[in-house]
Amino acid sequence: MTGDAEPPCERPAPTPEEINRRKFLDKLCWGLGSLGAALVVAPGIGFILAPLLRHAPAQWRTVGKVDDFKVGETTAVRFQDASPLPWAGVTSNIAAWLRRDEGEAFTAFAINCSHLGCPVRWVPGPKLFMCPCHGGVYYQDGSVAAGPPPRPLDRYRVRVVEGAVQILTKPLPIETH
Amino acid sequence: MRWIKSTWNWIDDRTGLSEMLGPVMTHLVPHDAKWWYVFGSATMCAFMIQVFTGAALAFSYIPSAAEAYPTLQFISHDATFGSLLRGMHYYGASAMVLMVGAHMAQVFLFGSYKFPREMNWATGVLLLGFTLVMGFTGQLLRWDQTAVWSVVVAAEQAGRIPLIGTAIAHFTLGGTSVGGATLSRFFAIHVFAMPALIFAFTGLHVILVLRNGISEPPKPGDPVDPKTYRANYHRLMEKTGRPFWPDAMWRDIVFCVAMITVIILLAWFVGPPELGRPPDPSIVAANPRPDWYLLWYFGVLALLPHGSERYFMVFAPVLVGVLLIIVPFVWNTGERSPRRRPWAVAAVIATALMIGSFWIAGQKSSWSPVFDARPLPESIVGASSGPIAIGGRLFFDKSCIFCHAVQGQGGHRGPDLSAVGLRLRSDQIILRISNGGNNMPAFAGNLTPVELNELTAFLLSRKYEAHRQMTPGEDRYFQPGN
Repeated sequence: MTGDAEPPCERPAPTPEEINRRKFLDKLCWGLGSLGAALVVAPGIGFILAPLLRHAPAQWRTVGKVDDFKVGETTAVRFQDASPLPWAGVTSNIAAWLRRDEGEAFTAFAINCSHLGCPVRWVPGPKLFMCPCHGGVYYQDGSVAAGPPPRPLDRYRVRVVEGAVQILTKPLPIETH
Repeated sequence: MRWIKSTWNWIDDRTGLSEMLGPVMTHLVPHDAKWWYVFGSATMCAFMIQVFTGAALAFSYIPSAAEAYPTLQFISHDATFGSLLRGMHYYGASAMVLMVGAHMAQVFLFGSYKFPREMNWATGVLLLGFTLVMGFTGQLLRWDQTAVWSVVVAAEQAGRIPLIGTAIAHFTLGGTSVGGATLSRFFAIHVFAMPALIFAFTGLHVILVLRNGISEPPKPGDPVDPKTYRANYHRLMEKTGRPFWPDAMWRDIVFCVAMITVIILLAWFVGPPELGRPPDPSIVAANPRPDWYLLWYFGVLALLPHGSERYFMVFAPVLVGVLLIIVPFVWNTGERSPRRRPWAVAAVIATALMIGSFWIAGQKSSWSPVFDARPLPESIVGASSGPIAIGGRLFFDKSCIFCHAVQGQGGHRGPDLSAVGLRLRSDQIILRISNGGNNMPAFAGNLTPVELNELTAFLLSRKYEAHRQMTPGEDRYFQPGN
């Protein structure tokens, strides 16, 4: 299959021009190759990182009428996040714990535990918010009562417009250093 | 049969497959490298199961926040072999985590990471990291309520990273909160990015195994000396080595087939984990828990001293990663036998015990309130009317029972109160309930003086000791004021 063995041929030593040309081609390959890769990769990276630069404007969301809420009661209300994508489905829902303090005065707490974001539950008997994940507990004013949470529950801004209770959306509260 | 052989010869001539793979398959391995050496190929086998079952599941799975949950319901309950495939993917992931752990422990105990195999170890550590990322992202693709909250927990942990924490958290979420973009990101990471990295680094890992050879089982008193090791190893292989195929590989095949059988049996008879509630972040009745291979870390996060978790979440994973990577660069010579390396054995045992203990703690989750606790029956309260009975009812109404158990009923976040009447006086109980402390909220503003007395009366009457009966009159020593 390989045929008769051919006599070994001596390759002539490269000339200085050939050496220079190879050096140039070496740099050309690296340079052009890197440029080509960057041209492909840059828009992809930009596309992936875009959420870092996209800030959804806050939106007022109506969660019910004033009379739907009894004074002193804390209830879970549901609303949509600031800019739901068409394919988000129920994932775009957000909940808050809303309390009617008096008249048209309301307080809305984020349901996210300030420890690691799990959904806290309002327990009306002891008037505490309790977290199912790592045991965080908050008093009814949202201050930390026990467990690992580093700060009180986050709050939403609430307003009443023509008898409708509205909550101003905000990003997921992220605890930072 | 002749035409099959001639066809193969033609393909082999044009592609050079035998020429290329022959030396790889028949490279010499130590004659005494036996059953301890099957975990690496078992990990690769588990990965191939994941690739195949994952690709099959992707034929029906729609990675959209709105559609993923219903398609998973379809796969689990309606599609032919859907439940079996989901189960195989789940138990295959579990097998991969177990095998990579076993492989790593064996390599560490045998000192196989030492010269000249430092880079084998380093690429293996990266593959361990990729495997855990695959496990976590895979759990999220289940896209039920637990998956959604796991994303939130991941984003919150990322947020603790100094300076760039919020950016990484938003990158994780695909925005400023969980939404339509979140699932697609994890799908892309789980199905494209991580498998590509695993393929690439597994390839490099195998190339390094071929280049440096499979380490011979260690012998006490035969230390690694970089000046002589390679020459000695080659001499040993020439003298006593065996071709990998089939002399060593048959054990890999037997072990892998046994593993596949266990995975299929579990998938068929136990089935995949049932889906939780829909991925609606506004359903507040949630109890998110990670899959078993991350349950120990869930326990760690709950049991850390308060205030330290923000440092732990950032620095512990980095520290563990750096420690694992530098192992062969710091200790790359000397004894390999575990009999001469007691600290190495101790480190593996301590790691296993630590992970096991936190896993059990995570499984019990005694720090979590028991939200579905029921009122105490009259047989435990011990009264049907009067302050003790009312106090027993208050014990439930004020949710004390979420955190405290009485005769086996209730939570375990706080002390068991079955015999609190033997330990504390009335004033001590009132003080504790009113002011809280030791990880208990203060209830002063939430109980009337009458309610406080009734609850105290109930607690003082708790004198149940499982291991002994009270003798008549003994309880007088524990009356309030004594």
